[in-house]
Formats: sequence, structure tokens, C-alpha cells
Amino acid sequence: MSEKKIKNSLVEGPITPEKIATSIAHHQVKTNIGGHDIFLGQVRADVIDGKTVTAIEYSAYDEMANKVFDEIREAAFDKFDLTCGHIYHSIGIVKAGELCLFVFTSSKHRAMAFDATRYITEEIKAKVPVFGKEIFDDETHQWKVNN
Amino acid sequence: MTLKLKYFGMTAEASGKDEELLDNNYSSVKELKADLLAKYPNLLEINFKVAVNQEIVNDDYKLSGNEEIALLPPFAGG
Repeated sequence: MSEKKIKNSLVEGPITPEKIATSIAHHQVKTNIGGHDIFLGQVRADVIDGKTVTAIEYSAYDEMANKVFDEIREAAFDKFDLTCGHIYHSIGIVKAGELCLFVFTSSKHRAMAFDATRYITEEIKAKVPVFGKEIFDDETHQWKVNN
Repeated sequence: MTLKLKYFGMTAEASGKDEELLDNNYSSVKELKADLLAKYPNLLEINFKVAVNQEIVNDDYKLSGNEEIALLPPFAGG
């Protein structure tokens, strides 16, 4: 079995705009990059049967989730000509309007970054064991299911 | 030999627990699932997947030792 150290892609609480800004700043030294693309997932205040979602509490099968995030990232590097690729997903409470997913790809040219971001985001939704408890304004809940 | 069962979200609610240890008296995932569905009938309502040692497997998967089994409810990432 490989002893490769797997990166932790799970972030406690919402992903802050400051984290995103810092991450962008860190790439300014990489002058072979010609284009970045970013996808940000944000928690929606859906209204279901008259009740409003106020937050999602995310949980995960942490070890497997990080392994799958890593596999998705590696597959993206195989498929697309990327310089960098980063994935961060929230765990714990994220309120409506706050960010829960940050996918950040960089390449020499825009097309590869656009395609890779979409690929990574769709793969995350389908394959990563992250679970979401949608908490309503009356403190009841239901479990979110990706389609 | 012992199986370590892990439950998440809907499957944790249905079983009333996050984890449990079970003697591995099962030859396949299918046998284990039948037993769990009898023990926790609320699992019948849930479209869950089974992961063995962090890989999703089908019902024919042979259980052979001290495996970690996770009952994964529908994913909601992103």
C-alpha cells in the first residue's frame, strides 16, 4: 500500500473570503500560470414546506473523503494540463450565504482551468462521502441529497 | 475476527449509533446487510452504499477479516 501523505481537504466551518484571497495571493509567484478558475459552493436558504434552511451541518467519513478528494485531484491532473489544483470542503456548521466548497484550478491557458474546475466539482458531488444536515428555522432538519 | 461498523447522517439516525463492533460471522456484504436491516429496520428507507476499508463495494463482496465497514447515506457535498 502507498504511504503517500494525503492532504486534508476538510476545513472546519465556512470557507472564508479571506482564505480564498490568500490562496490567490500564494499563486502570484507561479509565473507559468496564465489563467485561474474558481468554483465556490454557497449554502442556499431553500424554503421547503414553509420552513427555511438556516444552515447545513456537514459531516464526512473523513479518511475516505480525503482519499477520494485526492483521487479526484490526481485524475484532474491526468486529464487536464494543470499547473495547480486545490479543493477545500467545509465540515460542521455553514450558515446560509456562507461558502462550503472552494475548487481552485490554474493552468497556462483558460480552457483547461475551466474544464478541470467543472470536472472536479461534478466528481465531488457524485463521489465524496460528505453528508449534509439541512437545519430549518424551527430547528427541525432533513438530510440533503445530491442529484 | 471483528468488523468495525461506521454510520453517518441518515444511517447513524437509523441505527442510533455512530460506530459499533460486530463479530465477523458474515461471508459477504449481502449477509451483513440482511442482518443490519433486520436489526435496524429504518435502514430500509435509506438508499445507502457500503464501503469496505474505504472503497465502495457491491453485495457480493467477500468479507474475510477485521474490516472497517461504513454505511454511507446519499452524498451531499458541494
